[in-house]
Amino acid sequence: MLGRTLGEVSVALKQGQITPTELCRKCLSLIQKTKFLNAYITVSEEVALKQAEESEERYKKGQSLGDLDGIPVAVKDNFSTSGIETTCASNMLKGYIPPFNATVVQKLLDQGALLMGKTNLDEFAMGSGSTDGVFGPVKNPWSYSKQRREKRQQQAQGESQAAEWLITGGSSGGSAAALAALTCSAALGSDTGGSTRNPAAHCGLVGFKPSYGLVSRHGLIPLVNSMDVPGILTRCVDDTAIVLGVLAGHDPKDSTTVQDPVKPFTLPSLTDVSKLCIGIPKEYAVPELSSEVRSLWSKAAGLFESAGAKVIEVSLPHTSCSIVCYHVLCASEVASNMARFDGLEYGHRCDINVSTEAMYAATRREGFSDVVRGRILSGNFFLLKENYENYFIKAQKVRRLIANDFVNVFNSGVDILLTPTTLSEAVPYLEFIKEDNRTRSAQGDIFTQAVNMAGLPAVSMPAALSHQGLPIGLQFIGRAFCDQKLLTVAKWFEKQVQFPVIQFPELMDGCSLVFENEKLASVSLQQ
Amino acid sequence: MAVPMLRWVGPGRRCALAWVDRSSRHRREAPTGSTSNGTREQSSVAQQPLRTAQKLRKGEHKWAAVVGLEIHAQISSNSKLFSGSEVCFAAPPNSLVSFFDASLPGTLPVLNRRCVEAAVMTGLALNCHINKKSLFDRKHYFYADLPAGYQITQQRLPIAANGNLMFGVFVGSKRSHMATRTVRVKQIQLEQDSGKSLHDDLRSQTLIDLNRAGVGLLEVVLEPDLSCGEEAATVVRELQLILQALGTSQANMAEGQLRVDANISVHHPGEPLGIRTEVKNLNSIRFLARAIDYEIQRQINELENGGEILNETRSFDCKLGCTVPMRDKEGKQDYRFMPEPNLPPLVLYDTASLPARAQPQQVINIDQIREALPELPSVTRERLVQRYGMLPEHSFMLLNEVGLLQFFQNVMKETRAEPKTVTSWVLNVLLGYLKHQNLAVSESPITPSALAGLLDLLDSKAISSSAAKQVFEELWKGEGKTAVQIVSEKQLGLMQDREALEQLCQSTVEGHPRVVMDIKKGNPRAINKLIGLVRKAALNRADPAMIKALLEKLLA
Repeated sequence: MLGRTLGEVSVALKQGQITPTELCRKCLSLIQKTKFLNAYITVSEEVALKQAEESEERYKKGQSLGDLDGIPVAVKDNFSTSGIETTCASNMLKGYIPPFNATVVQKLLDQGALLMGKTNLDEFAMGSGSTDGVFGPVKNPWSYSKQRREKRQQQAQGESQAAEWLITGGSSGGSAAALAALTCSAALGSDTGGSTRNPAAHCGLVGFKPSYGLVSRHGLIPLVNSMDVPGILTRCVDDTAIVLGVLAGHDPKDSTTVQDPVKPFTLPSLTDVSKLCIGIPKEYAVPELSSEVRSLWSKAAGLFESAGAKVIEVSLPHTSCSIVCYHVLCASEVASNMARFDGLEYGHRCDINVSTEAMYAATRREGFSDVVRGRILSGNFFLLKENYENYFIKAQKVRRLIANDFVNVFNSGVDILLTPTTLSEAVPYLEFIKEDNRTRSAQGDIFTQAVNMAGLPAVSMPAALSHQGLPIGLQFIGRAFCDQKLLTVAKWFEKQVQFPVIQFPELMDGCSLVFENEKLASVSLQQ
Repeated sequence: MAVPMLRWVGPGRRCALAWVDRSSRHRREAPTGSTSNGTREQSSVAQQPLRTAQKLRKGEHKWAAVVGLEIHAQISSNSKLFSGSEVCFAAPPNSLVSFFDASLPGTLPVLNRRCVEAAVMTGLALNCHINKKSLFDRKHYFYADLPAGYQITQQRLPIAANGNLMFGVFVGSKRSHMATRTVRVKQIQLEQDSGKSLHDDLRSQTLIDLNRAGVGLLEVVLEPDLSCGEEAATVVRELQLILQALGTSQANMAEGQLRVDANISVHHPGEPLGIRTEVKNLNSIRFLARAIDYEIQRQINELENGGEILNETRSFDCKLGCTVPMRDKEGKQDYRFMPEPNLPPLVLYDTASLPARAQPQQVINIDQIREALPELPSVTRERLVQRYGMLPEHSFMLLNEVGLLQFFQNVMKETRAEPKTVTSWVLNVLLGYLKHQNLAVSESPITPSALAGLLDLLDSKAISSSAAKQVFEELWKGEGKTAVQIVSEKQLGLMQDREALEQLCQSTVEGHPRVVMDIKKGNPRAINKLIGLVRKAALNRADPAMIKALLEKLLA
């Protein structure tokens, strides 16, 4: 049951094969067993059980709220949750209990979803490994999968090396790990430069970044307001569509959301892709790209081509400027957004009370990590009057050029762009931390953050397992507000590749079980 | 909320703070290093009369002063600029604070339609160009009553720009008649107010009240077209009247709804402008004028004594009557402006550009607001001059006092007396009594109809004007009697009996042969003595003109 898609679990709940409370307890038990992954910062056990009880009542009365009623979800710990600690994995917000729910959280709860807990991340979502938060790094569940172990044995690698655990990617690594470890049916991440898609790729999940303005940011503790979007992590594309149908739409509390009404939708199953034009941006074939990802990328392109789609090479000429441009814009907004953390109204406050300034300084010194303070410092530098033109304004102009690259390609008749999501499969933690956060973020976001600059929808799809038995993801990018079309194409791709479900024999023992209906239990992703 | 004691570094805060607790603030605002300096200057300068800046002493170069104003007006609105919190003066501390106002992470600004309309109205009233597209920016600085660490304002592209404001000044040797002047309005921008800090010296802590944090402000920036304190005061008063007429701000300076900063410099005419100082902390129109004139004179003295003017921020100490440097410019402030990413551009429409399917709730139509503008003070004054033949300066006086125009108009409605008489009684007598007792028009013990009744009696010559003054004094006691009652009780009615008056005249002429002799010798003033005697004999109830006529007839 726990390995199934949200849609399947929803059917099982409706048919009474399992009750919300049973499901909730199974998830809680698995959360306990997988604690070593460090996926959750806070497990909201009591809240979830209470919600499950209420959901159960509704099912009993035949008053289910819909597909999400009774569905366990995990939420990244940078979404405000009323009455539940929200830390952003920072000392600054340890103990901070928001008095309100983020709009996306509220929408999930309004549909009857069960909030299992708040998931780990890089501090304030600044990172691409989920290794740089105060609660420690998140471990990739695939490190412990049967698939990886088998590959390792075939390649006769030593046990000690096999025990070497992998990063999840980030910054929404906690949400990805929670979902990949089967402790929930869907998870919310946030995506500023790839933070949902990157861990989705490393953890074998569908990671969706909606168009900017489609989903409310109210209650999402910001990294870069002009690029942040709530991200959706699921096991299959149809699940993403279900969650997006609930989350999308105008929010009076977020003036940047679109006014047009959005209705829940189901994705059609494409049978004919011959009218599609898939663009392959040549600038994404960087030297650092691993040969395995590169060949998988061309295989995917071949898949479309052989099904009759038009596949053409396209150019996004300003791609190479993206990283440095992002660095300036991100740091500038970070400097501004972090100004509110002064220890006065909420969050950490130091013991020093010589003067207000001394208190500010010590509070921020103690509350923020080096990574956060580094970005604040450089951001303030970029915003200084004497530097503003040379850095911020220039970066904004470059951002416009990057966005225009996409517009031009789409206007030339391309429907969807196909790119890698990451340079390679997930790397071991010990290897990852050899570089500093900035270098790692630059590498980790290389294929993903231009999309945030342009506000486009993009989805990372699990494509295959590597020679190491680890997931590799590919990214599909669509036109702004053509999110449904993007997901429809992704769904076609999903069906072609038949990505395997993670296998977790030890963990699942005593957990998967209890399924009288063997038929249903054997239903897998491939419908 | 309590925080450790603040050091005095915040920009722009002094003006906001001063009226919170003025008495305890001055000592701290004048840092020890500069207080002695300021005091010394004060002793040599402050006693000099105002407006010395324009006066020329022998052997002196002529100086010209340049004054520019930045005026913050709190928008009169039920809720704040970007949140739904209520706006209310003197509510219990921190009782009007939304999650956004307290800058809880993840909260976002949502623009208040009413505040935008108020800005458009004000812009139109000040003849501004209304920008169909304007932008919001963040202005960063750390201060305890600025919870987000930045203020949302309109630095790059404000909602209105390039306007002007007409104001009247007294001119002429006796400064007795009015002339119209113009000051250019550079721009009007929407921005957030900050909270308030209250400093507790005893416990060495600062208390923060966020009720005001996020209240909508209109910042009106004027070009440096003014040259003295009085002009500045007149401009601020005129703006206050306009805002009140529009209802866009209550503009009550005592409650901090109108706050003024002044930029001041002096130079020799024909030479480049001098280095300017900024004087903050101006919380009444009177202090505004005094502070500017003091600062002009201080700069002149400084320069004439070979000193130099520093580009600094100063505050006005209303007890000492001088400006003193504020210590916040130790390092130059860099506000690190940045576009506010959570607010899309503010787009306004006119009837021509209004999208066809636009919902009225979603758009603001400039033309519609223009059509609904109320009468502005300048138009009201013009109307008074036209309709009542009033002197322009009288129209100014009527508008300058809150409620006086309404009082005047109510009297006019009920009396047969000439407008000139009514104007004179309202401006000279009533206003004099009110000022003397420091009362507002609304607190007047005499109602418009009571005054109308009195002026009717005067108009019908039922009482003399001196008797009318007596009646007024009786009415002022507020015992609820009408003018007619008072006249009859005190027997103040004019003698209508011509024969009786003739007799009185006759007996007076007979009783004072020497005066009569003087008159006959040709002393024209001697008759006044007789008139006075008759009036006294008639217990002040006779019409002096009639007495004069009767006497002249008797003596002819």
